[in-house]
Parts: sequence; C-alpha cells; structure tokens
Amino acid sequence: MLFRLEPRGLRSDFWSYGSPVLAVVLTIVTMGVIFAIMGAPPITGIETFLISPLTSPGGIGSLLVRAAPLIMIGVGLAFCYRANVWNIGGDGQFTMGAIFGGGIALLLPNAPFWWCYPLVLVCGVLGGMFWAGIVALLKLKFNANEILTSLMLVYIAQLILVWLVTGPWRDPQGFGFPQSAMFGAGATTPDFGTTSIHLGCVLAPLLAVALWLVMSRSVLGFQLRVVGQAPRAARYAGFSNARLTWIALLVSGGLSGLAGIIEVTGPIGQLTTTITPGYGFTAVIVAFLGRLHPVGVIFAALLLALSYLGGDAAQISLNMPNSITNIFQGVLLFYLLGVDVLILYRIRRVKPRIVEPAV
Amino acid sequence: MDTELDPSARPPLLVLRGIVKQFPGCLANDHVDLQIGEGEIHALLGENGAGKSTLVKIIYGVMKPDAGSFTWRGETRTVASPAQARALGIGMVFQHFSLFEALTVSENIALGLNDPKDRENLPARIVDISTRYGLPLDPTRAVHDLSVGERQRIEIVRCLLQNPKLLIMDEPTSVLTPQEVHKLFATLRRLASEGCSILYISHKLEEIRALCEAATIMRLGKVVAHCIPAEKTARELAELMISAKLKEQSFSHKTISTAAPRLVLDRLTVRSNQQFGTDLKDISFAVAPGEILGIAGIAGNGQSELMDALSGEIPAGTPRNIMLDGAPIGHEGPRARRRRGCCFLPEERNGHGAVGPMTLAENGFLSAHVRGALDRLGLINRKRTQEFAAQVIKTFDVRTTGPRAEARSLSGGNLQKFLVGREVLQQPGVLMISQPTWGVDAGAAAAIYEALAQLAAAGTAIVLISQDLDEILLLCDRIAVIAAGKLSPPIPVREATIETIGLLMGGDHTAEEKHAVPA
Repeated sequence: MLFRLEPRGLRSDFWSYGSPVLAVVLTIVTMGVIFAIMGAPPITGIETFLISPLTSPGGIGSLLVRAAPLIMIGVGLAFCYRANVWNIGGDGQFTMGAIFGGGIALLLPNAPFWWCYPLVLVCGVLGGMFWAGIVALLKLKFNANEILTSLMLVYIAQLILVWLVTGPWRDPQGFGFPQSAMFGAGATTPDFGTTSIHLGCVLAPLLAVALWLVMSRSVLGFQLRVVGQAPRAARYAGFSNARLTWIALLVSGGLSGLAGIIEVTGPIGQLTTTITPGYGFTAVIVAFLGRLHPVGVIFAALLLALSYLGGDAAQISLNMPNSITNIFQGVLLFYLLGVDVLILYRIRRVKPRIVEPAV
Repeated sequence: MDTELDPSARPPLLVLRGIVKQFPGCLANDHVDLQIGEGEIHALLGENGAGKSTLVKIIYGVMKPDAGSFTWRGETRTVASPAQARALGIGMVFQHFSLFEALTVSENIALGLNDPKDRENLPARIVDISTRYGLPLDPTRAVHDLSVGERQRIEIVRCLLQNPKLLIMDEPTSVLTPQEVHKLFATLRRLASEGCSILYISHKLEEIRALCEAATIMRLGKVVAHCIPAEKTARELAELMISAKLKEQSFSHKTISTAAPRLVLDRLTVRSNQQFGTDLKDISFAVAPGEILGIAGIAGNGQSELMDALSGEIPAGTPRNIMLDGAPIGHEGPRARRRRGCCFLPEERNGHGAVGPMTLAENGFLSAHVRGALDRLGLINRKRTQEFAAQVIKTFDVRTTGPRAEARSLSGGNLQKFLVGREVLQQPGVLMISQPTWGVDAGAAAAIYEALAQLAAAGTAIVLISQDLDEILLLCDRIAVIAAGKLSPPIPVREATIETIGLLMGGDHTAEEKHAVPA
C-alpha cells in the first residue's frame, strides 16, 4: 500500500487551524516515547512535564511570568512575518533592549519611579528598535538576507552584554560575579502583591490585542498583509516595500526590546550574562504555532512557557536533563512544519501498479 | 484552407491523432492532429494561447492528454514522463534555460544525464558533437560568462548527446542575434539531413518559411491548417494564425480626436527588472480624451514592462517621459498617479491585480482606497469598503456570494469582471488596462467591452494592451504594435490591415517603415 501527497488546489481552512493542534498532540505522544526511552513511565513523565507545573503553588504565576516575554516577542515576530520579513533575531533585540534600558537604570539608581521607570522602558524599546534597524538597513541597502543578519546580531548582542557585565558595568560590590548592581526601586517592574505576576504579564496580552487591531483594521496592517501575500500586488497598489520593511522590523525589534527590559527590571532585577533562555528563538515557534495571529500567539506562548516550567519539574522530580525543554520545543516545531503540509496537500492512498517499461 | 494532413513522401516518425487536453475553463487542445516525417523540420505555428505549449508538453511527457493517440515509428505508445520521452529519442530545448551559472559547461551537461555511462569522456564527446554540428563550445568554461547563444548551444548539445530522433525547439530564436540565428539554422539543417526530425515552435513567419518543410498552424486549441510554408506568403500564414474574424459586437471607430491629449508618452525608455524581460526603447504615443488606443503584440515583447511603467511600478527615466494633462508624472508612484486620475489594471490577476486569499472588499480597497476615500485617519473605513465592493458586484453582475468572498473563490472571468469594475467605477480620467478579457468567457468579455466603450464615451482616455487582435480591432480607435520593446507609430484601426499588423508583430521593420508614411 502506498500513500501519495496530492495538491488540494486551495488552502484547507480546517487544517490551517487544525494543524497546530495535531502537532501538539503528536509532540505529546513523542515526548511519552522519549520519557520511556529515558527510563521514566511515559504517563508520569507527561504528567510531570505538562500538568504538575500548573497544579503546584504559584504555578500559574510562574507560567504567566514565563509567557509574558514570549507573547511580546511573538506578536512582534508575527507582525513581521506577515510582511514576509524573517526576523529571527528576537533574542538579540531582547538583549539590546535590556542593555539600553538597563544602562539608564544603572545610571539613575535613586531616581523616582514615576519618571525613571517609563524612561527605562522607552530606552529598552529603542534598544530593540536600534538592533532590528541594523537588519532593515542591511536588507534594504545591501540586499542582505535578514535571516542571516538578524541571527548574527544575536551573538553580537550577547557578547556586548557579557563584556559590559564582566567589565565596565560589573557591580563593584558583587564579589567579582559577572553581573551588574541591582536596579534601584525607581527602575523595578512592579509586581502584584505576593505573587510573582508583574506588570509585563498584564501588558503583554494588551499589546497582543492592540497589534491584532492594527493588523485587521488599519491601512498599515492591510499594507503589511498585502506585501506578505502578494508583493507584486503591493507594488501595484503603490505600497512602499522599503517603508513596510522598516516598520515591520522596528515594531518587532521594539517589542523584543520591551520584553528584554521588563525581564531584567522585573524577575531578574539586574543585568547578568544570561538574561534569556532563548526567548527570542522560542518566540519563533510561538509565532508559527499561533498562526501569526496575535491572539493565537497568546495561547502558543502559554504552552511554550509551560515547556520551560516542565523542564524544571522533570529535572527535579524525574532526574531528567534540563534540555528536555529544548527537545520538546524542537519536536513541536518539527511536527508543526511537517503537519502544515496538510494545509496544501491531502494524503491519498494509491494502489501499487505495474510500471510500464519505457521502451 | 487545407486541413488535410499533408501527404508527405517521408515515412512518419510521430503521428498524433485527436489529442484533447482540457484545463478548467479552457480547452487547450481540441482534437489536434500532427504528423512529423523522419528528417523533417516541422513548424508549429500559432499565437500565444493557441495551445502550442500544451501540445509540446504532451509530446515530451510533461502532461498527459485526456484523449488521443500517440504513434511513434508505427507503434502506439503512452509517454508518461520526460524520462520516457528521452528514452524514445525525443529531446527538447526549452525557451528558458535551466543552467547553473557557477558550474562549467560539462558539469551542467553531466547534471542532465541520468545514466552514469553517459558521463564517461564527457568533455571529449562535447567537443566532438559541438564541432560536428557547428556549435562551438568549450566544456571547461563557466556558464556565467557565456552569451545567451552559447547557453542555448549547451542545451542543444545536451539533447544531441542522447542521439535524439526528434528535437523539439521552443521559440529558439527569441533570444538570439540574427547572426546566431543563421548559425542555428545551419545546425538544424545538418541535423535534419542526418535523419533527426525537428519540431520548431515559433511565431516568426519569415523564419518558418526559410527553414521548415511543413507546418501545422494552431489557433484557439485547434489545428486550423497543415501546409508547406514555402508555398505560402507571410501574409497568408499570418491570416491563418490570427484569423481576425470580428465578433458580433461592434463599436464605431472614432476619427482621431483633435482635442489636447490627456496622456503623452515621450521617448520612454525603461530597463526591464525581470531576468528574461524586454527593455522598452523610445516608446512614444499620445491618447486623447474619449480615445481608445490599442497596443497589439505577441506576449513577451515588452507589454508587462510597458504596463509597469504606465502604472508607476517602474519609474520612468525622467519625469517628462510620461505627461498627464501636461504635467510630468514619470517619477511618480502608483498612488500619486491614481490621485491625478489614472487607473490601471495589469494583465496578471493572481498576485498582481488582486490578492487571492483576501476578500473582494479588501481587493476593492487595494486600488480604490485613494480615489474612493475608503480610509480614514489611517484606518480602513469598513462600511464604505464593503459598499464599494457591493456596488462593483452589482454593477458588473459578478457571480459571487458577496463582498466577503475571497478573490480566489471566483472563476477567472468573474474575478476579471470585478477587477475591471473596480477600476471603471473609480471614473478615471485615464485608464490603462492589459488583457482585459484573458481567460474570460464570451458573455463576460462582452460586458467588459461595453463598460470600456461607455467609459471612453464619457471622455476617458484608454490604453488597451492586448494580444487578442480581434479585441483591439473591435474596440480601439487607433492601433500600435509592440515588438521587441519598440512601439510602431499608431495608425487608425480603419486603415490597418491584418498583413501589416502581422508583419509588425513578427518584428518586420520594413513594414514599420511603410507605416511611417501611410499612403
């Protein structure tokens, strides 16, 4: 018995939304197999990885704290990808946002919150925009592929951060650890009571909704969608590709920068060498799992945030390596890309037949 | 007109009978017969869209016919793939080459050979074949510094290495200089004298008369004649090929208006931004209010570049190359030109004139938001956008579920009606439209013609670019022909003859000179 992929002709609406669900299901099954191979009972493994983080005390709070940066970077990337601009350097823009905003915060250790905190956030946004702006400039001026330049800029940003916190910005009272001084109270993201939930957790979904409105209701969002779906039609309509490339990259860079500065002024509280566990890369999966739709991104970000918590839980109670999180994310992306074939193709069973000889 | 198969003295190599190929909404091959004798150079002649490429793809195994028989050297066969066609001894040189620029000649040829045995002593065999057939090639040169003619030789040598019995050449001279054409013909004659048949696809009448022993002429999917080209004049061939039978609709052709022209092109020269595009050279014309100027020509002679230059997608060299009501607009983009009262509709619907996955309302917004004021404060005015689309649908009788239907869900003809309606309802001062009835059924075409004629009657200047000569003769007041990026001076349609138009289409410059001084 043979199977053949047959073009549908039209995109399948069902599979446009069904494929992420199927990908998640297949990922969970595969994770069970991986747990079994690694010597843990599959059901227990999956329970530990996906359920226990939510039922533990403070679990929901931790989930939202992890999801906030993923939502902010993810909606920016979705915005960008809609315009066919493939920014995968969210991690670098996140880091630059942390550096720009964090630098201001270190400069003003005793400034009052009411003007210092907004200033720090704005600088974080500008940092991310600056880093993504380099990508736009290289793309438009030299036709350099943004996938490569944005990725390479991630490593440059990380090295700049390492240099700063081991050199000029190292905390003199930090016993030589590679980290900056703690930010002052005027540059700390407020959190809610005794939970770990902070301002960013509220801001992120609001930003997602705002971006959804821009995408669906504004002329700008229309232009981005046209340029992404039919670049020639965009030229025909008279939409400037250069302008839209700038906007797409600056918006996604700014959002990544905002995520970065909120992360260092909130949960972390200072600049260190490792401020991101690869949020910028995970956000790529988030954007695609959420079908490049800002609201879909919120749900996708919650699932991927869970994979970070699940990794910690599996490490603690099952003695699994922490890289189980990366495996989960990798397997999920693999299935998502694979299952997306069903949007354009259907699987047909074909009867084997005797192939005629050519001559 | 001789529709019987030519009784040839040569034993037949390939006989096709009753080939039928149906595409959605278009019968590409309608009971086509074709017979090629051994060692014969056979021409396949026809306009674009006549079904030549479909027929050739069927012979080469790229497509499967819905009906009909394929007889090769007396045996009935089915050819399911190009590999099978090659195994039979059929080789094909495509119009657009598939070569890797960074690799050498012999590396490129090796990539096309499936059997490792064939790759032995390849450079020596390339040199051998290329000298034998007058196709000089250095197997060690990299492709990127070869001329187009040399690249074509690679493709020919690649076919010849497999000792073909039938060589199919698709528009081989469209990319060659006259000197290269001369050399190519010598090679083809030599091949034919050694018994290799050649199926030569072209619309260049003089070439076919000089080279081919027999010809099959196609029009709208059907074979209209089998003939011996040397016995026909270029005029007779042109008439067979384009057969300008007028449709039942008729519009009066106005005499040339004396009013000040609305749109003037003055020596517009544009370099194409496409790889196989055509550069525009010194294009000049003027269109008066209420006038319809038709631009005829065979596809790929610069029509899409001209449309891009008219719409502002490609800027003109200097602003004064394009003047609208006396104002230079050559430097302006599409939105600025729309604001001045121009509307455009390019030939390609999918992805150029329309965005398939978007709704009709959004597609209406695409080009009409400037003139229709469908946006407000940076937001889409959804109510007005819906109303505009609904109005187009109603006025132009577009068969659809409504403004929320996706553009790609409409049939080609319906979508075209929507797009023409979208431009017409903006009441443009100047309308530039390309191939308005491409792939459209007769009823929809009549509706589109009616709309364009009414628009002209209301004073709009219209430029109609079309490969359908019937359409131009029916609708336009004056006609100009674009060939190889150059435009002949426009002449009144009433004075145009099929012969002169046909010759201009083939790029015959003596005919162009005759035009310059109309009798």
